[in-house]
Amino acid sequence: MSLIEVVLGGVITGGLYALIAIGFNLQYGVARIFNLAYGEFLMAAAFAAFWMFTLVSIDPILGMALSVPVTFGANWLVYKLLMLPLVRRARTRDDLEGDTILATFGLLFVLKGAAQLAFTPDNRFYNYLNTPVQIIGFTFAANRVLAFGVACAVGLGIWLFLTRTRFGAAMRALAIEPTGARLVGVDATAMSALAFAGGGALVAVAGTLVSTFLTFNPAIGVEFTMKALVVVMMGGVGNMVGSLVAGVLLGVAESLCSYFIDSGLTLAVAYFLFLIVLLVRPRGLFGTP
Amino acid sequence: MRVSLAVSALVVLVAALAAVPWFVSDYGLGFMVNLMCYLVLTIAWALFSGTTRYVSLATAAFFGLGAYTVAMLVKELPIYATFGVALVVGTLMALLVGLVTLRISGMFFVIFGFGLSELMREVLVWWEINKTHTMGRYVFVPFNTTLIYWHLLGLAVLVFLVGWWLRRSRLGIALLVIGDDETMARQAGVNVPLAKVMIFVVSSVFMTMVGAIMAPRFGYLTPNFAFNPMISFQVVIMALLGGMQRLWGPVLGVIPLILLSELLQVRFPFWYSVLLGLVFMVIVYFLPRGVTGLVEDAWEALRRPIALPRGVTGPIIDAWTFLSQPISLPRGIAGAIEDGWARVTRRQPSGGR
Repeated sequence: MSLIEVVLGGVITGGLYALIAIGFNLQYGVARIFNLAYGEFLMAAAFAAFWMFTLVSIDPILGMALSVPVTFGANWLVYKLLMLPLVRRARTRDDLEGDTILATFGLLFVLKGAAQLAFTPDNRFYNYLNTPVQIIGFTFAANRVLAFGVACAVGLGIWLFLTRTRFGAAMRALAIEPTGARLVGVDATAMSALAFAGGGALVAVAGTLVSTFLTFNPAIGVEFTMKALVVVMMGGVGNMVGSLVAGVLLGVAESLCSYFIDSGLTLAVAYFLFLIVLLVRPRGLFGTP
Repeated sequence: MRVSLAVSALVVLVAALAAVPWFVSDYGLGFMVNLMCYLVLTIAWALFSGTTRYVSLATAAFFGLGAYTVAMLVKELPIYATFGVALVVGTLMALLVGLVTLRISGMFFVIFGFGLSELMREVLVWWEINKTHTMGRYVFVPFNTTLIYWHLLGLAVLVFLVGWWLRRSRLGIALLVIGDDETMARQAGVNVPLAKVMIFVVSSVFMTMVGAIMAPRFGYLTPNFAFNPMISFQVVIMALLGGMQRLWGPVLGVIPLILLSELLQVRFPFWYSVLLGLVFMVIVYFLPRGVTGLVEDAWEALRRPIALPRGVTGPIIDAWTFLSQPISLPRGIAGAIEDGWARVTRRQPSGGR
């Protein structure tokens, strides 16, 4: 395994991290909800894909046609029923952040506990496209390449949505200037609900893709929430391109770490990167100081 | 006079608590150890998070750090020496985390704390597998449950005293101002980062020491057990339920939740995480100021004088005037029903008038 292969493998994983982080960025940057239960929806989507594949042998990629809209709806309901009362109650943005951290922290344990009850805490895995493919002379696992392709396609779709549609413009306005956006007629509640649900849909896509090549169990959510947080903070809150770059950076760093040191230290790598960015550029890679 | 009364009451309470091991069964003592453990953790948590308003999710990290330090060194050093090492390690770790994250913004701190215990767990597992080729540690020392209980009680008294002193010190007042309005604190000349880091170190050292003292209780420790995120979670719930405006607030949260979790673990062991999560969300949504808030509201209501500007006779006179009015039915019974209905539906009556 050459070094170039390691780096390219990292880019492939990084694409997925970027997708997860963009979803989180929609929830935190636009809707201002700091969702610690974010990774639990990834776990739920992974289990959905697993059961659909093993029980009724539905292709995971096709299965997304079902699981993604369901997660979108579930997240929309979470925003409307659980988050909106907190938004109404909060006097300042700090209040809201504190309240949502607490509420979603509770939600995390509810969802994780429910998944452990329903699916047992065992590790799960299924074989899907677990064949090598040759790309420009290097060998990769087909399922990872497919995951990268889908992540790129979805990312492109999100980018087009945010830059070319009126909804997208409204969301970007909310992310940058919440008060100003309201003044020019953006329906902040509706747009926030949509952004929150959209973020949930993205993490469902990511969860399905993760399930095709990683072993997973009901407890994996936290790890992905952590990585999403780190990537969003590195790339800058509300900055989607920043999330993309930081996600790929994290993927490559992890890949290098598992090549040179040990594959069991991926979270340590994420933290190390986070610390460096924190010390050198506290406002993120692309933030204006 | 009132202060000396309060002090002597507290001394009696502590003496009574210290005598508990002679009066309860092994199960009861285990329960009391659990209670004391969470009491210290929760008060220490509230010392930092109650004043700065940052939700700290790093409790498990420091608890685990203390417990695992003791577990790793207990074969080489006497037990009190391992406690000393845990104290130093905890202080250094808290200084490092505080200096890096608290200088910048609260959000970085929350994120960092959220993953800190996961990070330590991962690094320790890696270390144990690759360097020392062990998995888990035995802690066999002559340090029985009664001793653990007394040490925890001592720590509880200490954390109370520190909390009491903080409310009267310059640091405590500076922290209150920071919690209210950070910009104003800065303007008033408070060294905001320094104050935050100091209180964070104090709070974390207490958590580390709880972990260190609890290590012999477990007997066998693995990184996965020591750095259990459930600890962080339970501490946040207890502090929130109790309310953090008062020093004694966390006590009101710890006792009911320890009882509840004991009940849940016995009756519904598999539902534990789900039910605790639901309880937590109920507290966040319906009791934002905790039990202390309820107690304070009730106290306020009791102290308010009952409003009777015309005395007790006023309402009686009103009732008499109402009753002594002649019954008048200008539009008959049907009209009276119609009027009543209109009053219920808040519409103008259709005819008459």
